[in-house]
Amino acid sequence: MEIVLVSLLNGLVYGMLLFMLASGLTLIFSMMGVLNFAHASIYMIGAYLAFTVSQFTGFFPALIIAPILCGLLGAAIEVWGLRRAHGNGHIAELLFTFGLVFIIQRVVQMTWGMLPMPYRVPPLLDFPLFTFYGAHFPAYRGFMLLVSAGMLVATWLLLKKTRVGLIIQAALTQPQMVSALGHNVPRVFTIVFAGGCMLAGLAGVIGGNYQTTEPGMADAMGPIVFVVVVFGGLGSLMGCFIASILMGMIQTFAVVIDASLLDLIKPLGITLSGDNLFTEFMTVPVARIGALLPFALMILILLFRPRGLMGTRDT
Amino acid sequence: MRGLRLLGYSFAILGLLLSGRPALAEETIKLAYTDPFSGPFASGGDEFLKNFQYIIARKNAAGGALGKKYELVPFDDKLQPAEALIALKSMTDQNIPFVMHCTGSNVGAALIDAVSKHNARNPDNRILYLNCGALATELTNEQCDFWHFRFAGSVDMRAAARIKALPADLKKVYLLNQDYLFGQSIQHDSKKWLAKLRPDIEIVGDELMPFGKVQDFAPYVAKIKASGAQSVITGNYNRDLNLLIKAAVDAGLDVRFDTFLSHLIGGPTAIGTAGENRLTSIMEFNGNVPVDLKVPDAEKFANDWRTSGHDTDFSALNFVTMIDMLTDAINKAGSTDPLKVALALEDMHEKDLVGQETIMRKEDHQLLMPYYAGVFSKGVKYDSEHTGYGWKNYMTASTSDLTLPTICKMKRPE
Repeated sequence: MEIVLVSLLNGLVYGMLLFMLASGLTLIFSMMGVLNFAHASIYMIGAYLAFTVSQFTGFFPALIIAPILCGLLGAAIEVWGLRRAHGNGHIAELLFTFGLVFIIQRVVQMTWGMLPMPYRVPPLLDFPLFTFYGAHFPAYRGFMLLVSAGMLVATWLLLKKTRVGLIIQAALTQPQMVSALGHNVPRVFTIVFAGGCMLAGLAGVIGGNYQTTEPGMADAMGPIVFVVVVFGGLGSLMGCFIASILMGMIQTFAVVIDASLLDLIKPLGITLSGDNLFTEFMTVPVARIGALLPFALMILILLFRPRGLMGTRDT
Repeated sequence: MRGLRLLGYSFAILGLLLSGRPALAEETIKLAYTDPFSGPFASGGDEFLKNFQYIIARKNAAGGALGKKYELVPFDDKLQPAEALIALKSMTDQNIPFVMHCTGSNVGAALIDAVSKHNARNPDNRILYLNCGALATELTNEQCDFWHFRFAGSVDMRAAARIKALPADLKKVYLLNQDYLFGQSIQHDSKKWLAKLRPDIEIVGDELMPFGKVQDFAPYVAKIKASGAQSVITGNYNRDLNLLIKAAVDAGLDVRFDTFLSHLIGGPTAIGTAGENRLTSIMEFNGNVPVDLKVPDAEKFANDWRTSGHDTDFSALNFVTMIDMLTDAINKAGSTDPLKVALALEDMHEKDLVGQETIMRKEDHQLLMPYYAGVFSKGVKYDSEHTGYGWKNYMTASTSDLTLPTICKMKRPE
C-alpha cells in the first residue's frame, strides 16, 4: 500500500514535468502541423541558461530570466528560420527542426563542455517537505508541482479568457479562416512558438537540477515528450495534460510491478516452458520494460484512435 | 562573383593543408583511435582522446618508438558498430597498423570480428586491435582473437574486485544494472562472485533497467527501500547512475552505493555531496593511488594533468600501460608490423606507472592488472573534478588476485 502512495506522488511530479514540456510542443504542433524536434533541445538550453544565470543572480531570478531568454530564442528561430522553411512545406520545416537539434547539441557542448554542470537545488528548497512511510518527499518536488500547476492555470486562463487566447485557439483549428478575418496569423505563430519555447525553458530550469544538466539531456527527454503529444491529441491542452500524467504514472508504476504477462494468464492453467522467444516474451517482468510501455501505447493509439485521446483533428 | 573567388581561395588553402600531410605521415607511427565523439556518450570519448593526447605527447617527448613519433588519428564511431566498421575500412585504406578503441562492448565485438577477417584476407595490410575499455568478459573468452589485445580488466575481474571490496558487515544487497550486454555481464558476474566469496550476503533485489531511458528513479528508490537492502551494487554509469543517486538522496534512502564506474568523467560532479562516504567505485587508478603507494613520479604525472587545463581527473593508468607496452613491443620487434608486434606483446611483463606488476597473458590477450577500491570522501590529498571530495582507497585487488581462468581457444596465424 505504501509503495502505491509513494509511486502515486512520484508519478504526479514526473507527469507534471512532462506536461510542462509537452504543452508547449502540442500548441506548436497543432498550429503549425510540424513536430518541433528541437523542443527538448530548448529544454536543455533552459537548464544550462538557468545554471549560468543562477551563478550571478541566484536561483529564483534565474527561474524568470532563463525562460524569457528561451522565449526570445524561440521567437528568433521562428522568424528567421522556420518561417523561411515554411514556404517549402512541412517536410522542410521538419528537417529544419531536426537539423536544429544537432546544432544546439553542438553549441551547448562547445559553450559549456561535455561534463555535467554542478547545477543544484537551491539550499532554500533543499529539505524534506514531509516524511512519508519513512521516505522523504523533497521540498523541491513540491515546488516543481507548484510551478507546473501555476503554469497550467496561467496557460489555461491565457487561452480561454483573453483575446489573444481566442485567436490562438481559432488558429489551432482554422488558420485560413482566422487569416481571412484579418488577423496576422504569422505573428500568432511566432507568439505561440516563443511561448512554447518559454515553457520548455521553464521546464529546463526546474528539471535541470532535479535531473542532471548535461549534453545528453535533450536526447533523453525528447522521445517521451513526442509520445505524450501524439497520445494526448492535437490541439487539446486537456488531452496533453491527461497524457502527461498517465505517462508519468505508467512509468512510475511499471517499475514496482514484478509480474509478467505469464502471471496474468497463469490462473487459466496455462504454463510455459522451454527456452524460446515466446516464453521469454511472456516471462519478462513489467519492471524491465516499463520505460518502453509509453511507446507501445503510442502505437496502439495511432492504430485505433489516430486523433489521440482528446484530439480535435487527425494527426 | 566575389563569393566564387572566396570559394576558390578556400579550396586552394585546403589543398595546401592536405598536401602537407603525407610528408609528415611518413615519419610517424599512426595510432587510429575510434570512440564516440558525438551524441550522448561524446563526453567519454572526448575525455579519453585528451588522455591519449596527454600520454602520447609525453611518450613522443621521451623519443617515441624506433626513433619515430606517434601520431593519433581519431575516428568518430558514434557508439555504433556499423560506424566503427566504416572507420576501420578508412584506417586500413591509410595503412594504419594499430587501432585503439575504448567504449562499448558491442562495438568491441564487431571490431574483433572485422579485424580478424581483414587480417586473414589482407596479410600485407594487417591491423592490430588494442582494446582499452570494451569490458564484456566474452571478448577474451568465447570471442577471443589473436589480433585483439585488451588493456583493461574484464567484467569478471572487476566483479571479483567489487565483491572483495564489500564491507564485512554487509548482509543485504540490491543489484541494479542496465539492460544490455555490459549490464547483464555485470549482473551475471556479480552474482557469481557473491556466491563464491560472500555466501553470507543475501540478494534482496536483482533488476535490469532500460539503458539510458529512465527519467525518474524515484520508483526504483521506493523499491530499493521496500527491499531493505543495505547496499546497491550497480554497473550503471553516466546519467543512469547520477540520477539514481540523486533520487536516493532526495528520498533520504540510507544505503551504500557500491558501483563499478562512478569515477568516470562527470560522475563526481553530478553526484557531489550526495555520495559522501557511501559511494564506492572500482578503479584502474586515481590521483590518491600514487600518494598511498608513495610514487612521486606517478603523482606528478596525474597532477600535471590536473594543472594543464583539464577540469577532470586522470584515471586511465591502463592507457599508459598500453602505450608503454606497445612501444616496448615495437622496439623489440624492430618494426610496426602488426604480426611481429603482436608476438612481442604476448606474455609481456611490465611494471606500470605506480610500480605494480602487469602481464599481457598469452592465452587470451587479457592484461592482468590490479584494481583499487575507493570511497568518495573528504580529506584526501586530491579531490575529484574540484568537488572537494575525492577517492580514499581502502582496498587493492592485486594482479595475482585477479588472475582468473580463461576458456579462450585462440586461433593463431601460421
